[in-house]
Amino acid sequence: MFRYIASRVLLLIPTFIGISFVAFIFIRLLPGDPIIALAGERGMTPERHQMLMEQFGFNRPIWEQYFSFLWNIFHGDFGTSIASKRAVLADFLSLFPATLELSICAMLFAVIIGIPAGIFAAVKRGSIFDQLSMGIALVGYSMPIFWWGILLIILFAGILHWTPVSGRMDLVYFFKPTTGFMLIDSLISGPKGAFKSAFSHLILPTIVLGTIPLAVIARQTRSAMLEVLGEDYVRTARAKGLAPKRVIGIHALRNAMIPVITTIGLQMGLLMAGAILTETIFSWPGIGKWMIDAIAKRDYVVVQGGLMLVALIVMTVNLIVDLLYAVVNPRIRVK
Amino acid sequence: MTNEVSPPVTLTAAPSSGRMSQFTEFWFYFSVNKGAVIGLVTLIFLVLVAILGPFIAPHAPYEQFRESLLTPPAWQEGGNSTFLLGTDAVGRDLLSRLIYGARFSLFIGLIVVTLSMVTGVILGVLAGYFRGWVDALIMRIMDIILAFPPLLLALVLVAILGPGLFNAMIAIALVLQPHFARLTRAAVMSEKNREYVVAAKLAGAGHIRLMFKTILPNCLAPLIVQGTLSFSNAILEAAALGFLGMGAQPPTPEWGTMLAEAREFILRAWWVVTFPGLAILITVLAINLVGDGLRDALDPKLKRS
Repeated sequence: MFRYIASRVLLLIPTFIGISFVAFIFIRLLPGDPIIALAGERGMTPERHQMLMEQFGFNRPIWEQYFSFLWNIFHGDFGTSIASKRAVLADFLSLFPATLELSICAMLFAVIIGIPAGIFAAVKRGSIFDQLSMGIALVGYSMPIFWWGILLIILFAGILHWTPVSGRMDLVYFFKPTTGFMLIDSLISGPKGAFKSAFSHLILPTIVLGTIPLAVIARQTRSAMLEVLGEDYVRTARAKGLAPKRVIGIHALRNAMIPVITTIGLQMGLLMAGAILTETIFSWPGIGKWMIDAIAKRDYVVVQGGLMLVALIVMTVNLIVDLLYAVVNPRIRVK
Repeated sequence: MTNEVSPPVTLTAAPSSGRMSQFTEFWFYFSVNKGAVIGLVTLIFLVLVAILGPFIAPHAPYEQFRESLLTPPAWQEGGNSTFLLGTDAVGRDLLSRLIYGARFSLFIGLIVVTLSMVTGVILGVLAGYFRGWVDALIMRIMDIILAFPPLLLALVLVAILGPGLFNAMIAIALVLQPHFARLTRAAVMSEKNREYVVAAKLAGAGHIRLMFKTILPNCLAPLIVQGTLSFSNAILEAAALGFLGMGAQPPTPEWGTMLAEAREFILRAWWVVTFPGLAILITVLAINLVGDGLRDALDPKLKRS
């Protein structure tokens, strides 16, 4: 097991170097003068240009620039936003809880509905429930979620007035953020009604962001269950007279869940990296919206730092998923 | 990899007269899946609409009817039969724009899949065939691409290349390409030590011939399925980029771009928002249905059961 962990971690080193190189080279690939792109100023004097050149380090050899970029990253310096003059890392950390809260809710929504639906569809293979739920899952899987979000806003916020249109919290409530998770903060220190407001703001984004993971999980659970239900040991369990519930719930489910858990983990990594479309539609102040705003504003230092941070998150989550996979599935370790 | 004794394989030597029966067999398994047939019919219909676009569209996609802005669909009060699905905020006929949009979406899907499949398959074959440092290098590059969320990476690439439909297609192709490379590599590695490959090698076939004529044709089944999935993915991602203002630019009648333009009217004119999204959903759904059918028909594991 130790060897497996070590080899997995070692494999990350080239990936990390590659990612940092992509983020580093990105600014230098932008069309036109990178200084003008970075500073976002027009009509710059040559002196100012020269000063900025030195400030950003563009006058040094390229490998030296790359190493100082890496050096800064290892010291937690991901650059400073041109627009807000704030450190990229500080902005990221203040926005990340919003993205994390939304992605946890979306994943819970997907898992709580997707896994039972998938199991039930597999057990009742060919039934109306199976066909209907898998039909819905395929529609969900094919859904352009930016449109889906708009439809839900029209129906639930525009016509029925059940939920708010966008944001995380009604403006009338104000309280000190302790954890950054609105659901928890509003319970701890929020005034009356704040929790309800936080909750109702979360409903639509959760559904929209959870739709595709839900469809993927339901479809995968079904096919994994079908595969396992055909195995010899399940037949043996049945033959020795175990109750069907026990066979399905214990013998089959435990093995069928292995690939599903991997999918959940990988999806979670992507969700945590920021749901660009969902956050844009609902004006959710998270990483995805931050990134798309930075791209639109040409705040390239933020794009560079954000790209790096987002890739680090995905990489870390994928590593954890891989290691967990080896824990639940010993066959992997031996290979 | 274990040195398992593989059964004598005669897969490759299928005579050309067997091609027809191969197709009949394929169709037999494909048509069992009713959803797949429905998807295929819908897809053929969409392709016809795209090809015949200029002949069947009632109006030109850019023509503005200034006297009828935001006309509702024909069946709703205030609508008329000149504009079956209504008009948008500058008086363009929605149906005509949707018909032209089908050309864009299917074209995007086709180009992106071709680009990503060709590059991905070549890289995957090289990695799986040569192994060693070639494999390590190619696969690490794929890992790097996969470490970024696809839409974000596409957005950043478009920021470098400049917004527009063509650049969006290149960006999406690059993002989808690692899946082909990984899949091809795995398939090539499992085929590489089969007896027919060894036989071809002994007969004096060179590397290029072994890679692309001997091995690759036997790895096609999963690639075809991945190709369909990527086709629908490409359409969705291109629409998403258009929606975010980084794909096709207005006034192009691309479905995602149309949605972005329609966003401010969501509470006033439901049709300008509903129909472009519905068009995306139907197209993607049809392709995914076909993809599911292909998977069932081409997967030998499922066939036996």
